[in-house]
Amino acid sequence: MADQHTLLPVLEARSITRTFAALKANEDVSIDLKQGEIHAVIGPNGAGKSTLIQQICGTLAPDSGEVFLAGENITPLKAHQRARRGLARTFQVSALAMEDTVLENAVLGALGAQSGAGVSVMGMFSSALGNRALRDAAMEALLRVGLRDKAQVRTAQLSHGERRQLELAVALTLKPKAFVMDEPMAGLGASGSKAMTEFLDRLRREAPILLVEHDMDAVFALADRISVLVYGRIIATGTVDEIRADAGVREAYLGEDA
Amino acid sequence: MSPILFIEQLLNGLQFGIMLFLMASGLTLVFGVMGLINLAHGSLFMIGAFAAAAVAGWSGSFLLGLAAALAAAAAAGVIIETVVIRRLYNRDHLDQVLATFALILILSEGTRWLFGSFPLYLERPSWLAGPVTLPGGIEYSSYRLALIVVGLAIAAGLFFLVTHTRLGDRIRAGESDREMIAALGVDISKLYTIVFALGAALAGLAGALVGAIQSVQVGMGEPVLILAFVVIVIGGIGSIKGALIGALLVGLTDTLGRFLLPILFGTVMDPASATAVGSALASMAIYMLMALVLLIRPQGLFGGAP
Amino acid sequence: MSGAVTNIRSGARREWVINLVLLAGLGLVPLWAWFADAPFTITLATRAAILALAGTGLNIALGMGGLVSFGHAVFFGIGGYAMGILASHAQNYDPLVQWPVVIEGTQFMPVIWIVAILAGAVAALVIGALSLRTSGVYFIMITLAFGQMFYYFAISWPAYGGEDGLAIYVRNGFPGLNTLDPIQYFALCFAVLLVVLFFNARLIRSPFGLALNAARQSTQRVEAVGMDPFRLRLAAFVLSGAITALAGALFADLNRFASPAMFSWQLSGEIMVFVILGGVARLCGPLAGAVVFVMLEHFLGGLSEYWHIFLGLLLLLVVLLAKGGLIGLLSGRGAAHG
Repeated sequence: MADQHTLLPVLEARSITRTFAALKANEDVSIDLKQGEIHAVIGPNGAGKSTLIQQICGTLAPDSGEVFLAGENITPLKAHQRARRGLARTFQVSALAMEDTVLENAVLGALGAQSGAGVSVMGMFSSALGNRALRDAAMEALLRVGLRDKAQVRTAQLSHGERRQLELAVALTLKPKAFVMDEPMAGLGASGSKAMTEFLDRLRREAPILLVEHDMDAVFALADRISVLVYGRIIATGTVDEIRADAGVREAYLGEDA
Repeated sequence: MSPILFIEQLLNGLQFGIMLFLMASGLTLVFGVMGLINLAHGSLFMIGAFAAAAVAGWSGSFLLGLAAALAAAAAAGVIIETVVIRRLYNRDHLDQVLATFALILILSEGTRWLFGSFPLYLERPSWLAGPVTLPGGIEYSSYRLALIVVGLAIAAGLFFLVTHTRLGDRIRAGESDREMIAALGVDISKLYTIVFALGAALAGLAGALVGAIQSVQVGMGEPVLILAFVVIVIGGIGSIKGALIGALLVGLTDTLGRFLLPILFGTVMDPASATAVGSALASMAIYMLMALVLLIRPQGLFGGAP
Repeated sequence: MSGAVTNIRSGARREWVINLVLLAGLGLVPLWAWFADAPFTITLATRAAILALAGTGLNIALGMGGLVSFGHAVFFGIGGYAMGILASHAQNYDPLVQWPVVIEGTQFMPVIWIVAILAGAVAALVIGALSLRTSGVYFIMITLAFGQMFYYFAISWPAYGGEDGLAIYVRNGFPGLNTLDPIQYFALCFAVLLVVLFFNARLIRSPFGLALNAARQSTQRVEAVGMDPFRLRLAAFVLSGAITALAGALFADLNRFASPAMFSWQLSGEIMVFVILGGVARLCGPLAGAVVFVMLEHFLGGLSEYWHIFLGLLLLLVVLLAKGGLIGLLSGRGAAHG
């Protein structure tokens, strides 16, 4: 049983196809994420990476194909239901409650992990920030990403990199089965990228990460496997070395003559 | 129920729908191109009606009244756009709603101040005062028939304008990508003023045309504005075709509902309560239609993604 | 605007001082009027308290949820007619329902309030479930349209007065109070407002308030933490409608009259206007707005028949120049919707 558990992918997309007007944004895309790994998706702009993420996370419905989380077919589920099943997402452009404090954003995540909808009589009369369990879970996540000192700061006042850290902290509070991260390195700067790379390197032991990233240094440093998406199709999947050596990838994407 | 009466009501519904289209098309253009929700569109309807009534009363010429309605509404549109509306394009919808609500207050009370609280009357032109005999021996108001013809002609003109002219190209470009059109070197603020004035003129024309079959008074525009919103919700925002289909659906549903529902209830209850129940339900019919569209197709019949 | 973006849950001390001054003022002015034997002033204050309650209801949808409802007169009117229908049946000794069980009307305020709240909540549930399938301008247009539907229905349904509205002979009763005495009725309305404001203050800090507030700022964010933004907004809309319906019942009782005008789009607009004038998404914003609105209505209305022009100009200036409303200006804090 244990073996089977480790063999079964935590997250899997099967034959995802999505068309916008005449454009095939994703065509027969299959990708899986196994326990303990970082699986990176790379590809030029407009290759369909964001479309793929949206379909995996449930904010966009595929024309055909299915998505599985821990063996369960989650294709019919909405985004928030998938999140409740244990799929944590970070956004390319930070999607945070900008008017709220850093702590409030993190507490929101802890709240989602704990109670879900928040629409209950108790949920309307108790105090969110006064709840010790929520606060502790939120502070623990902030501590891990290094934002504990900024807990009372308004999110709008955070730097770009700090917002990325907060996105990550909120995802951590969910204690998910799998992470889906859309360009967590973007705009971080050299030292920020290095810190984030080290953090993700450790994080994969808690839950595997599907990583869409432009920063090739980070991808080659982190990824256990890489899938290359070009014109909506996956043209290769393999280890870092295999992808580096793949003639098709070099021609189509890395811009070298094979 | 005689078929002649039914056809007459059908034509009334068509006429009502066409007039709603004149309102809704302007609203939907302004939203599509500028992303603005304009509650004061009903005030432009009112301004057109008052201008027509005043000028026609003074000159004795209905056509001169119509010209005045077009001119006054377009001029009001240009003034409103340059003074207030253009400061709202980058604001959220709440600010747009509040500011244009404020415009309603100012324009309505201003009109009351100028013209008083008593309704004005706009005479139909003598050459359209009587009935015409349609094929099949149906007698129908020549004025209402003229409204249908004029409205359809304007609708055709509007489709031509949007699909076949340079202004139309820019309007469609503005709908799909506001930044691109600026990059193309189009003077965007001039385009916005023109589109707004065009919508205003259509509303003013509708006000003047409708003003001859009802009284011209302050507050006449807002019920029509809200019906135009229903039209847009049904047809899908930003779509002229949606506005036309939605307007006809709303016009026909409302008119035929008021006509048929009391008759329908008359078959199961006494005439007095049938009239009461029937007309009360008929007043809700178009909103039920809107609810139905929301259930089936929240983005409207011809709208894109919601 | 300055970079200081604020939100409803951060309790700046200065805003609390203003809130207390406002509440004390609204409580003390009628008391002074009572001693000075100026009953009309008491009636104005009662009107302000009730409108503040209606605005507090709207503020849950608008300020916390970001739902620009232009149809809140629906709930105000439903509350008004709940009062009118129950009381008129009671005063005519004509049972409301004959079959299968006999249900009598009532002139007992607590029962009327509960009926008003439930009726408002049910209407909000239906309207909300339909209109929240959309967002943005669609939502505005649809709530406006449903408001108009209720207005026309109230006018064309003859059983309860139709266009003429529904008058009752005597104000409904509350145990231990003489509700016909202006100061006692004011005290009752003021107490209801205080209770609802207290509830609202709790709601703002609650998990539900946190989630709703986040949903206004980023739908994706609440989805990503596993919450359904539709359910959050619908719950907010229902609460909002229920509170506004309660205000409608009190308002109709104040005038001893429920009229179709309570459903009108103008009223929806006015409720929204004074919530904004007071400062959207602030606990006592609707209170500040309602007080100012009633004062403007009274003083400007006394100066000129056309006082709506000045109201319009004022509103235009506030929208174009002073985001954050009156409380925002007074407390020096910027817009909630920076």
